[in-house]
Amino acid sequence: MSPDDLDGIAARENASRKPIQIRCCTAAGCLAVGAESVRRELQGVLEQHPLRDQTEVIGVGCMRLCGFGPLVRRDPDGTTFAGVRPADAPAIIAGQGPELTPLDMHQPFFRNQKSVVLANCGIVDPERIESTIAAGGYRGLRDALTLHSPAEIVQFVTRSGLRGRGGAGYPTGVKWSIVAGSTDPNKHVICNADEGDPGAFKDRTILESDPHRVMEGMVIAGYATGARTGYVYVRGEHPLVTDRLQKAIDQAREFGLLGTDILGRGLIFDIEIRVGAGAYVCGEETALIASIEGGRGIPHPRPPYPGKVGLWGAPTLINNVETYANIGAIVENGPDWYSAIGTPTSRGTKVFSVAGRVVRTGLVEVPMGTPLREIVEVMCGGAPKGARIKAVQTGGPAGGFVPEPLLDTPVDYEAMAAIGSIVGSGGMIVLDETTDMVEMARFFMDFCRDESCGKCIPCRTGTVQMHGLLERIGRREGTRADVLRLELLADVVRHTSLCGLGRSAPNPVTSSLRHFRGDYEEKLRGGPKS
Amino acid sequence: MTAERKMRINDVQVKFEEGETVLACARRAGVRIPTLCHFDGLSDIGACRLCLVEVEGSAQLAASCVTRAEPGMVIRCHTTRLAEYRKVILELLLAERNHVCSVCVANGNCELQDLATEHQIDHVRFDYQFPALGVDLSHGQFGVDHNRCILCTRCVRVCDEIEGAHTWDVAGRGGTSRVITDLAQPWGESQTCTSCGKCVELCPTGALFPRGTSVGGLVRDRGRIELAMAHRRHESCHG
Ligand SMILES: Cc1cc2nc3c(=O)[nH]c(=O)nc-3n(C[C@H](O)[C@H](O)[C@H](O)COP(=O)(O)O)c2cc1C
Ligand code: SF4
Ligand code: SF4
Ligand code: SF4
Repeated sequence: MSPDDLDGIAARENASRKPIQIRCCTAAGCLAVGAESVRRELQGVLEQHPLRDQTEVIGVGCMRLCGFGPLVRRDPDGTTFAGVRPADAPAIIAGQGPELTPLDMHQPFFRNQKSVVLANCGIVDPERIESTIAAGGYRGLRDALTLHSPAEIVQFVTRSGLRGRGGAGYPTGVKWSIVAGSTDPNKHVICNADEGDPGAFKDRTILESDPHRVMEGMVIAGYATGARTGYVYVRGEHPLVTDRLQKAIDQAREFGLLGTDILGRGLIFDIEIRVGAGAYVCGEETALIASIEGGRGIPHPRPPYPGKVGLWGAPTLINNVETYANIGAIVENGPDWYSAIGTPTSRGTKVFSVAGRVVRTGLVEVPMGTPLREIVEVMCGGAPKGARIKAVQTGGPAGGFVPEPLLDTPVDYEAMAAIGSIVGSGGMIVLDETTDMVEMARFFMDFCRDESCGKCIPCRTGTVQMHGLLERIGRREGTRADVLRLELLADVVRHTSLCGLGRSAPNPVTSSLRHFRGDYEEKLRGGPKS
Repeated sequence: MTAERKMRINDVQVKFEEGETVLACARRAGVRIPTLCHFDGLSDIGACRLCLVEVEGSAQLAASCVTRAEPGMVIRCHTTRLAEYRKVILELLLAERNHVCSVCVANGNCELQDLATEHQIDHVRFDYQFPALGVDLSHGQFGVDHNRCILCTRCVRVCDEIEGAHTWDVAGRGGTSRVITDLAQPWGESQTCTSCGKCVELCPTGALFPRGTSVGGLVRDRGRIELAMAHRRHESCHG
């Protein structure tokens, strides 16, 4: 395959489309509420239907409004239906029926999204590479190989201002240049798809909906850094991700987009899937590498960082799913296009999975700098039944609570850190006025206590003690001295633990103490201070 | 031109060799840094966190056993903040399992007890967990009392790296971690154990002990093993 062949494939694919396309979401959220039977029924009804020659049913990825699935869209006009049942199939094919009320696609939930990473989610069939290519897939890779040197690509990524989407926000270009700068002939690229935070589902959804975009980013990373092998580390409990990704890898090899002569340009790069055991700590990069090597997935002290000494001792680039998913667009549209989106220190867009006590749960992609209030109130409709929002939790067990009065804080790495939370990898949980913040802090501490690998003393024993203190305060048996102990342990565990799990485990506690001390005071033995 | 290999530890000027750790430099300079998981000659894992030191110009504390010395480094090992952190870490260990010294074979011969004394721990601020863990006396010569184990993994490493038997491992995670022999079989049924006794010698607490040892009766003879390890270090440098 040569670079020009991409256009041919796209043209053939577009020419073979029927005028009416019925797109059914087949991402996990919709599958869980019966999307597969809806799709089968649509297919079955269509076979006997007068419109069958002009209509086709396509399985696609996430259409974002996950809480209202199964979602079905009728194109080209884009009429979208929520909560579809198999019985709705005839009406959807006909494009009318009394029982159908289409979603308002101009509502802020859809209108205020800015699609870069999710541009093809809900549009392409993730199980057919031709569908992706027709929608512009692999054009970034083509441009990289035909127009730019590897050094230029690293420059692009640096200038774009992209920061890692796995949680820490480390400048991606810096990481790439460290690996590219090594003269070691043996280098690796890893995509971290472990995503273990409770409530987070954006990486999984990206991979289920548009696996080629992530793979394209990895191949470009291989070209830029000189790595020849790529691994995607996914959780065993998400078989749909593994299946779709494997299909995508097989098809990309067949089409010459992976292998030993990529796009006829002699580039060598291939991708393999590695399935993890499903421990949260395996998402930590050194634990992840140990797990791929076949060892126990426990963290190791850094430095050395993986960029210098990584997988099997070789320089290794490790990035998050969403980080790679930005790369193709950055190469295709240029770094200036990308850095024009967002804020001066946080460029581009960010994908969040919004869940909890909120009217519209689902996936949103917004420009960095968007205020939290706009996401949870304007786009997602606030708390159901007119309840008030108490706080928004970002960053899962490593993050913090943003209280309602601070919801005007923009999604920006520095702004979020300043109020004691983090942008995080993409989980956003809305809490309403009925939420007990001590119980929330206890929930996350319970998670960290369970997921601690046990290697280092402060995390292994400190999370157990902190959890016990939170339980006691929750039972209204705690004292002021217990709160002091909690604060002491938070300080020690944060500053002395070996890896990020322990270092960030106290965050939900310190953040809830900072913003919701009243919730603690009210429970202390003897009642709040008078 | 390479910068001169000199650094400062607690205001003492120290010269170092390429690749040396901060801990090794400190020891050579006579500066004491407490450790539990470290043992000369075994690989370092940075797990006990007692050897954390402050590095000027860095926001994070560094585990001195796994931090390479660098020219111009300025290290502080004994600030009030570090002293408090070490104290809390030791208290957390004391509260984790069962460390009632008065009934322990290692009473008077225990590194945890010594560190607690050194750090003036007269009470523990946290709830004693007292999990009811087992004692395995199936081995003809040695016993393991999990209630005294601090999960330093010295036994795991010495058995693997020096004896080459790899009898020990860690199973479980977090607070439910424990050391196991072979595939969690009783030690006495181990197919791999050579009964060399190295793990027993290196255990910092009373978790591993020779059978028949009475309270406070544990004596250690690490000289033999230290010799073996020094020999191995020599070989790995010159081999
Ligand atoms: C306990 C723990 C869990 C983590 N889990 C993930 C994860 O699931 N996905 C991820 O991309 N990064 C995770 N990270 C961060 C990774 O260590 C690493 O920083 C990241 O994959 C780098 O990619 P980025 O620069 O693109 O963000 C985790 C870190 C810690 C400490
Ligand atoms: S901080 Fe927790 S998860 Fe990380 S190495 Fe220490 S015990 Fe393991
Ligand atoms: S006695 Fe020797 S071989 Fe047996 S477990 Fe201990 S170190 Fe390993
Ligand atoms: S048995 Fe002894 S040497 Fe082994 S991990 Fe426990 S305390 Fe350390």
